[in-house]
Amino acid sequence: MLELQKVSLEIQGDKGFEILKNINLKFYEKKIYVVTGPNGGGKSSLAKIIMGVYNPTSGQILLNEQDITSMSITERARMGIGYAFQSPPRFKGIKVRELLKMAASHNPEKVNICDLLYDVGLCAQDYLNRDVDASLSGGEMKRIEIATVLARNLKIAVFDEPEAGIDLWSFQKLAETFRNIHMKYDTTIILISHQERIMELADEIIIMSSGMVSAQSERDIILAGIMNNDSCACGTKCVKGVGQSAECVG
Amino acid sequence: MLNALDKLMLEKVADLHEIPQGAFNIRKNGAGVQRNTTANIDIITKTDKSGIDVIIKPYTKGESVHIPVIVTEENINDVVYNTFEVGEYSDVVIVAGCGIHNSGHHKSQHDGIHTFFVRKGAKLKYVEKHYGQGEGKGQRVLNPKTIIDVEEGATVELELIQIKGIDQTKRDTEIRLMDNAKLVVTERLLTYQDQEAESNITVELLGVDSSAQIISRSVAQNDSKQVFYFDLIGRNKGRGHIQCDAIIMHNAQVLSTPRISAHHSEAQLVHEAAIGRIESEQLIKLMSLGFSEQEAEDTILNGFLK
Repeated sequence: MLELQKVSLEIQGDKGFEILKNINLKFYEKKIYVVTGPNGGGKSSLAKIIMGVYNPTSGQILLNEQDITSMSITERARMGIGYAFQSPPRFKGIKVRELLKMAASHNPEKVNICDLLYDVGLCAQDYLNRDVDASLSGGEMKRIEIATVLARNLKIAVFDEPEAGIDLWSFQKLAETFRNIHMKYDTTIILISHQERIMELADEIIIMSSGMVSAQSERDIILAGIMNNDSCACGTKCVKGVGQSAECVG
Repeated sequence: MLNALDKLMLEKVADLHEIPQGAFNIRKNGAGVQRNTTANIDIITKTDKSGIDVIIKPYTKGESVHIPVIVTEENINDVVYNTFEVGEYSDVVIVAGCGIHNSGHHKSQHDGIHTFFVRKGAKLKYVEKHYGQGEGKGQRVLNPKTIIDVEEGATVELELIQIKGIDQTKRDTEIRLMDNAKLVVTERLLTYQDQEAESNITVELLGVDSSAQIISRSVAQNDSKQVFYFDLIGRNKGRGHIQCDAIIMHNAQVLSTPRISAHHSEAQLVHEAAIGRIESEQLIKLMSLGFSEQEAEDTILNGFLK
C-alpha cells in the first residue's frame, strides 16, 4: 500500500506557492485509481511527488509502511515505483529496443519487448530499431513511454495522462492493456486522466483541485457527480451565456 | 612482431583482434611493420616521402583495407602521406585509425595526411578512430588531414571517431563532390580533462544533384575545449545538411560555427547547431527505471556518441 500523510509541496520563489496542500491518500494493492480534476489542480505534482521527482515540503510518504519520503528517484524505482511521463523525454542515439531493454533490466521475469510494443499499439518490426528521438511523433513517444513502465515488475505504476496524443484505435488497446495488467499483477495503478473511458477503468476516482483532494470515492459515484455537473470550471460565481465577453466574477 | 600492447591498440582503433583478412598495412612508431595485398588491392610504399599508395582496382567488391597506425613510444613525431585510389564501381571499406600509448613525459604525435580519389560510381566507407592511453605526462597529439575527391555517381561514408585519450587534435577534412555524388559524414568526439580538439570540415557541392550530410555529435567534459567549423558550399544544384550537437559539462567550452554558402539558385543548404547540458528530464526518466544518476548520465552519453 502507498500512503501519503499530510503531504504538502511548496515552490520557492518571490511568492511561495503551495502546489499540494495537506494531501492524505491511501492507494491499495490490486486497485486502479484515476486522479482527475481541472488543469493546475496538482495532479502531475502528485505523480512526481510519488516518484520522488519533487520532495514534499512537509508530510510523509509510506510504501508498505516503510517511510520513503527522503528516498531518491532511483531508490524508489528499485523498490517498485514506476512513472510514465506526461511529456516523455527523447534520447538521441538510443533505440526503442535499447530503451525497453533498459526498462526491463530489473524485471526478474522474462519480458518480450515485441509484446510490449504490441500492447501499446505499435508494430515491433517498424519501431524496434528506430531512435527515441525527434523522428518519433508525440503519440509514438507516448506509447513507447507507457511500454517502458509496462516492462517493469512494479508495485506502484503512475501514468500521467496516458491517453494524450493517442488515437482512437490505440486508445481502446491501451484501455485493454491497463485492464490486463490489473488482472495479471498486484500492481497498484494510478492514472492521471481527464478521459471518461479511462475513468471507467477505475475502482476509485480522486478529484484534485487547487492542490487539494476535493473528492474521493468509488467510480460510479464520482462519475455520476461529474456527469450531472454541467457548470464551468470556475471555482467562483460565473456569469454564463451572456455574451462573448462573459468572464468569471468574484 | 606485434606485442600485447600493440594488439590492444589495434583492437581499440581498428576493432582488430588478430591480423586482418584482406589488404592491410600496419605502421608502428613511424615505420611500416606488416603488410598484405590482394589480387585487387595493392599497397605501395611512396618513394618521395613517407607513406603509402593504396590502389583498389575498378569493380572490386566487398573487400576491406586496414591501415592502422600505432605509436607506443614517447618523443615520436610521425608525419605520413597516404594516397588512396578507389577504382570505378568498386565497393570497399577502409579502416584507418591511430592509437597512441605514451608512458613517457615527451610528446608523441602522428599527423596522417590522407588523399582519396573515389572514382566514378564507387562506394567507399572510411572509418577513422583515434585513441590514446598511457600514464606519462607526455602529450598525445593527432592532426589528421583528409582530402577526398568524389567523382560522378560515387558514394562516400565517413566515420570520424575520437573517444578517448587524445590531448590535442586538429582535424581538417576537405571534400569535393561531382555530379550525383553522395556524402555522409558522421563525427563523434569526446574530450575531457584539459584536452583540446578542433575539427574543420569543408564540403563543396560542385556537381549537379550532389548531396552531403554532416552529422557531428560531441561531448565536452571537465576543462576541455572543442572548436568546430563546418563549411558547406553549394556551387551547383544539390542538397546539403549540417547537424551538429554538443553536450557540454563541467567547465568545458564548445565553439561551433556551421556555415552554409550558396553560389547557385538551386542549392538547398541547411544547418542546425545545438549546444546544451544533459536534459534533467532524460536523467529523471532513466533514474525512474532504476538507474543511478551516474549510470543514467553514462547511458545518455554513450547513446549520444554511438
